[in-house]
Amino acid sequence: MSATTALHLAAEIGGPPHYDARHYVELARLAERGTLDFVTLGDSFARPGLDALAVLSRVAPATRRIGLVPTVTTTHTEPFHVSSAVATLDWVSRGRAGWSAEVSTTEAEARLFGRRSAAPAAELWREAGETADVGARLWDSWEDDAEIRDVATGRFVDRDKLHYVDFEGATFTVRGPAIVPRPPQGHPVTVIDGTGGPGQEAAARHADVVLVRATGPEQAAGIRADVRHRAAAYGRDPDTLRVLVALTVDLGDAETAPEPGLESGPPLAAGGSYYRGGPVDLAELIAQWHRAGAVDGFHLTPITPERDLERIVNGTVALLQHRSLFRTFYPGGTLREHLGLARPANRYALAEGRA
Amino acid sequence: MTAPTRKQMHLAAHFPGVNNTTVWTDPRSKSQIDFSSFEHLARTAERGRFDFFFLAEGLRLREHNGRIHDLDVVGRPESLTVLSALAAVTDRLGLAATVNATFNEPYELARRLATLDHLSDGRAAWNVVTSSDAFTGENFRRGGYLDRADRYTRAAEFVATARELWDTWTPDGTPRPFRHQGRHFTIEGEFTVPRSPQGHPVVIQAGDSPEGREFAASAADVIFTRHGTLEAGRTFYSDVKARLAKYGRQPDDLKIMPGVTFVLGDSDAEAQERAAEIRRQQISPQNAILALEQVWGRDLSSYDPDGPLPEIDPDPDSGLVQGRVRIGDPLAVAARWRALSEAKGLSIRQTVIETTGRQSFIGSPETVASELVEFVSTDAADGFILVPHLTPGGLDDFVDRVVPLLQERGAFRSEYTGLTLRSHLGLADPVGKD
Repeated sequence: MSATTALHLAAEIGGPPHYDARHYVELARLAERGTLDFVTLGDSFARPGLDALAVLSRVAPATRRIGLVPTVTTTHTEPFHVSSAVATLDWVSRGRAGWSAEVSTTEAEARLFGRRSAAPAAELWREAGETADVGARLWDSWEDDAEIRDVATGRFVDRDKLHYVDFEGATFTVRGPAIVPRPPQGHPVTVIDGTGGPGQEAAARHADVVLVRATGPEQAAGIRADVRHRAAAYGRDPDTLRVLVALTVDLGDAETAPEPGLESGPPLAAGGSYYRGGPVDLAELIAQWHRAGAVDGFHLTPITPERDLERIVNGTVALLQHRSLFRTFYPGGTLREHLGLARPANRYALAEGRA
Repeated sequence: MTAPTRKQMHLAAHFPGVNNTTVWTDPRSKSQIDFSSFEHLARTAERGRFDFFFLAEGLRLREHNGRIHDLDVVGRPESLTVLSALAAVTDRLGLAATVNATFNEPYELARRLATLDHLSDGRAAWNVVTSSDAFTGENFRRGGYLDRADRYTRAAEFVATARELWDTWTPDGTPRPFRHQGRHFTIEGEFTVPRSPQGHPVVIQAGDSPEGREFAASAADVIFTRHGTLEAGRTFYSDVKARLAKYGRQPDDLKIMPGVTFVLGDSDAEAQERAAEIRRQQISPQNAILALEQVWGRDLSSYDPDGPLPEIDPDPDSGLVQGRVRIGDPLAVAARWRALSEAKGLSIRQTVIETTGRQSFIGSPETVASELVEFVSTDAADGFILVPHLTPGGLDDFVDRVVPLLQERGAFRSEYTGLTLRSHLGLADPVGKD
């Protein structure tokens, strides 16, 4: 088993929909006080709620360090627009953006667009993988030093450092280059839910952070090893992946949970296993799984965000910090730095020997 | 005390970039992509009590002669995402995004616009543009392109569909199922966003073709035009306002706002001198040759920008020019340029400066304020979308020196009187369906 990295923690701040920015700003600031790596905000065209990427853009200037990871669906959207919007979130947050790729499998969602019928998840995840692929290519399509402002020759950009991506996927093509210059992180962080199922291959191939579901440390370790193995098969260095266990947590009233721990969750625990207990017990669980080398960290979905996130930050995280198991400050500024992930080299600069 | 009975002017700030209006060679020119630049210009506009902040859009990098254009500012963020962030650092300023109706779908875009309206407490606007070229289409699933007529019918149906979606929630906050069946879109389901603070984000229409005017008269709240002279402005104004009645709308329901540039100086003479210098910066030697090639349709890179115009004739069918450049009949333009050059003894660069380097308002703050007021009070415009030539400080002087004069003359608000962009523009909230 390969050693895990420093402990990484993330939290979902969605829940029942809110239609004002203040609610989300407060939750993100709370998570930032807990020095969490990032917050996620789930999204779907199928249920009430605001556009998650826009909400986290609104949150960006109101926060300073926390990573911002909206769900972005790839099924009925344009890959070129998706790439531009995620890159822009990285610009407005000064290097704190990620995106959680999702697909829309239902006929109801398809009818909102009227462009194509619903398709099997496996097919849609192949397309999501292609969207992640073309997104990364577009982010690279401007070399970091493409803007030269050379008064002598009158050139604002060096066109030799701008690249066509000429991508041909099964359902779309993109010529490129991007409109948005290469974002601060090079590539914003790609998050994919990769436990079994059709998202697994896209996760192993394209994700920086893979969310998995497990009910015990042994199972988690096995899944993590499998994800890393699959990533290696795609020619990736497995150490450039972070595998986080998804847990839905209910820290509400510890007294009602005679045995703190994981349960088979109610249907709403779609994001992972269901944990019920107190903040201290949750800290124990996190410490134990991480110490066992089973995971790189956890993605926690509070069942009631306002209440449970406060308990996570002031209870669970405070205890992990007290035991020196989790950072007490952000040593860096970007989400990649929080996650211990390098800024990717630019494939086009590399191709021309200008790495 | 005088009551502000004068017709009130509307002002908007255009973030510069992606054309040669923006002088990137000036040492004060900063990033066109860092958020701090957007924040500076937006805060300045809000300090000046402007109606809104305006972002253009690009969906493909321009090319010339098959190569990416490299002389002007290029590279920009995606509009709606930047404006969502700007909502955090402004309180009242309207936030207008240019978003193409050809390469988007109504459900997704209506949702993103309604989201911006919620996140900004009612300050969102959508500048509807269309695209006719397969060149841009190469970045999208749709690919190809729509012909001119089709792109307007699609845009009109797009706006109508978005309005249907914005109207689907009941005033008490319950979603109702919708179904739209039309030539371009057949969609149904449930919209996921409740009615937003403005009901409908403000709709802006750019362009002044006959199709564009008709579309604006039927569906837009603001029309973004380009008319440099009082005379042209008045003609356009009366034409467009007259079109409103047949759609059951009042003249005040559509605001006419030309995009304009300005150059200020302590005196009119100083402003003229500065304006000439800015035109020289905007049209570098390389840009002069490029402008020439766009007319001539030939590779003229060997010509001296400080020398005379070419003696060879334009080749209109060379295919050298792609993308958005529309210059009219090249032979006629070339003849006009030659005549001008001979009459005044102008070099290539001087000719290009003379013919393309126009600035709208040049003078002392008093002169510029007077001219702006005259445009508005004589119905050549309802206001202006100001295009500064510097990023991001290009609006500072205008806000510090011209706005106070407009306010003193009762031509422009001293404080915001409402919370939403519709209230700044004096537009009624659209009536929702019970």
